[in-house]
Amino acid sequence: MGRKLLLEHINVPGINTFDVYRSKGGYASVEKALKMTPEEIVEEVKKSGLRGRGGAGFPTGMKWSFLAKPEGVARYLVCNADESEPGTFKDRYLMTYIPHLLIEGMIVASFALGAKTSYIYVRGEMMPQIRILERAIAEAKAKGFLGKNILGTGYDLELYVQPGGGAYICGEETALLESLEGKRGNPRIKPPFPAIAGLYGCPTVVNNVESIAAVVPIINEGGEEYAKIGIGRSTGTKLISAGGNVKKPGVYEIDLGLPVEEFLYSDEYCGGIANGKRLKAVVAGGSSVPILPANLFMKTINNEPRLMSYESLSDGGFVSGTMMGSGGFIAYDEDQCIVRNTWNFTRFYHHESCGQCSPCREGTGWMEKVLHRLEHGHGRMSDMDLLVDVSKKIEGNTICPLGDAAAWPVASAIRHFRDEFEWHVTHGAEATVRNFGLAHYADPLPKPEVLA
Amino acid sequence: MKVTIDGIPVEVEPGTSILNAARQIGGDIVPPAMCYYSKLEGSGGKCRTCLVKVTKGSEKDPRPMPKLVASCRTGVMDGMEVQNITSPEVLEARKGIVEMLLINHPLDCPVCDQAGECHLQDLGFEHGAAKTRYEFDRRTFEKIDIGDKIQLHMTRCILCYRCVFTADQITNTRLHGILNRGDHSEISTYITKAVDNDFSGNVIDVCPVGALTDKTFRFKNRVWFTKPVDAHRDCDKCCGKTTLWYKGEDVIRVTGRKDVYGEVEEFICNTCRFETKKTADWVIEGPRKISHKSVISANHYEFTPLPVVKTNPVLLEANKEQFERDTRL
Repeated sequence: MGRKLLLEHINVPGINTFDVYRSKGGYASVEKALKMTPEEIVEEVKKSGLRGRGGAGFPTGMKWSFLAKPEGVARYLVCNADESEPGTFKDRYLMTYIPHLLIEGMIVASFALGAKTSYIYVRGEMMPQIRILERAIAEAKAKGFLGKNILGTGYDLELYVQPGGGAYICGEETALLESLEGKRGNPRIKPPFPAIAGLYGCPTVVNNVESIAAVVPIINEGGEEYAKIGIGRSTGTKLISAGGNVKKPGVYEIDLGLPVEEFLYSDEYCGGIANGKRLKAVVAGGSSVPILPANLFMKTINNEPRLMSYESLSDGGFVSGTMMGSGGFIAYDEDQCIVRNTWNFTRFYHHESCGQCSPCREGTGWMEKVLHRLEHGHGRMSDMDLLVDVSKKIEGNTICPLGDAAAWPVASAIRHFRDEFEWHVTHGAEATVRNFGLAHYADPLPKPEVLA
Repeated sequence: MKVTIDGIPVEVEPGTSILNAARQIGGDIVPPAMCYYSKLEGSGGKCRTCLVKVTKGSEKDPRPMPKLVASCRTGVMDGMEVQNITSPEVLEARKGIVEMLLINHPLDCPVCDQAGECHLQDLGFEHGAAKTRYEFDRRTFEKIDIGDKIQLHMTRCILCYRCVFTADQITNTRLHGILNRGDHSEISTYITKAVDNDFSGNVIDVCPVGALTDKTFRFKNRVWFTKPVDAHRDCDKCCGKTTLWYKGEDVIRVTGRKDVYGEVEEFICNTCRFETKKTADWVIEGPRKISHKSVISANHYEFTPLPVVKTNPVLLEANKEQFERDTRL
């Protein structure tokens, strides 16, 4: 078991209040960081090898160093707390139970970037979390960690919480900035990237909640210490929100590089598949990453055990691999229908497409209708090829990654579970009453290893 | 800056977009654009029909761009090499996008006032497939009158946002915008408020399809039966330079002067557009030059037989005369 860096004190009663958090060593990184120069902090984050925890996995230190620093122009740090990927709930957990960790990270990151005003853009549905954060900000402000002249160092920072309207698309960074400016949340056309012209045309960094929270242990312990955890270029710990048919769903902090088998079957984490069933498929990083059947998920195509790391999960590319994504781990047991699941995901993307660019606006709806037809037993054999073709026409041709996110689950589900789609066509009537799909993907049954 | 598009080099100013560089070359290599409008700042990038492949980023950084890029919003770099019609990938993507644009379009061209000068019609004719694979109900909306002169038929809209930019940039207030999200988003005014200002009529000119139509011209005539004539008048609100569309001796429509890409040269006011429809009001300059290939001049599209016609012996025989005439021409 690795050390917990983010959730170490999560079970301490009252950790959501300033005093308890402070007594557990909270805000030490602020004291330490304010004595460093901003460049040193950026360097420290670079050394840690921290990669963006929101989905794309872009190195955070690099992102910070790309920030343009023109004279006399304000710079902004925006925290992306618009977590709305189906299957991902780690940020909400973090903000609910340990809000001061995010605020501490925001102070350090804002100082490193030279931002005098920072925003936390929270999804509109997360009203309790917005209140929690606002109370936490008020507490931190009362104790002199926010506002004018923080800890007597002359650094000023105002931190605001901005509720969003509850649109998935506002999790895309440029759409988030548009929404934050009070406009319709349509993604902007890049370039220019937010690091050059972001919020109100000023250089802006947008980071995920977990990325910003991870800055706290990096500053406390040093980037090199942080980089010792993990494997290869996947350093540090990651919050995984495990859901689906596992025995113990919930948010787990893992060291990157943990074998997936251990994550899925050990009692410390998910505890295996619920009700004594077998694993059929896994969506490893939130709904937008490709789905994998059990055998491919447990072992890569080269027969190496798969690890929970950015590289290992994407081993095999889109043919036999998937992605780390945002850490929304969904396991499906043998009784779950992949067609229904794919339809459900597509329905989500259809509903959440912003409607700005045509392939995504029209294509997501089209895919949803075809999948709806398949699921309800009116499909045709040609529908699978149609879906693959439509998903290819969407993928890569859109303004923002939502098009890709909508296309990948469909393409991968058909790639790996084609006979289940075909079964829905050939057994249309049966598919409407007995919606289990085919179970033979669970074979061979992976045996949980005895762990030391 | 030197850019090569489909093997044709061209010198352009820094800051030009790939699309505008291609327009300087002209001809077949110009990517089609449904949402980009050079007179409107910030337009473009939405319809994705102008996607091109950048095979060489620039002289300094020769790496190709990983994805297809929207040529209307991508600036040129010195030494950039771009493939448009020479790239099968681009043609495939474009075909897909045309299909996507058409799946929710009602295809009511026979009763649509825009037919003949509709960009979507041209685009579908040039790049689309003969048959759709979409088998579901198309999205429909009720027609709305926005003001007494403009009718909005949202069913036909392809959400190019041009009218929104027009209202933002050439009028003082914008009263309409996009409501809702995804494929149910619609252009509308809030609680069906009328759009009322001196330049509102320009949304009709910028609309690439028949979604915004001139109520003074609706169902009056087909575009290809009318004769366009350039004319001007002294107008205190706008430049007064327009195109009059004659049917016999009557001016049945007034529009801005549209260039070969369907963009108006200058925006005109509502007085010129809707209220001055007598020849006596105007100083005639001469016939408006319109490409002889355009439907407006030729009354028909240049005929290329559909694939199904080419392969079916019965249809081949029936169209024999037509094929011979085409090859002779």
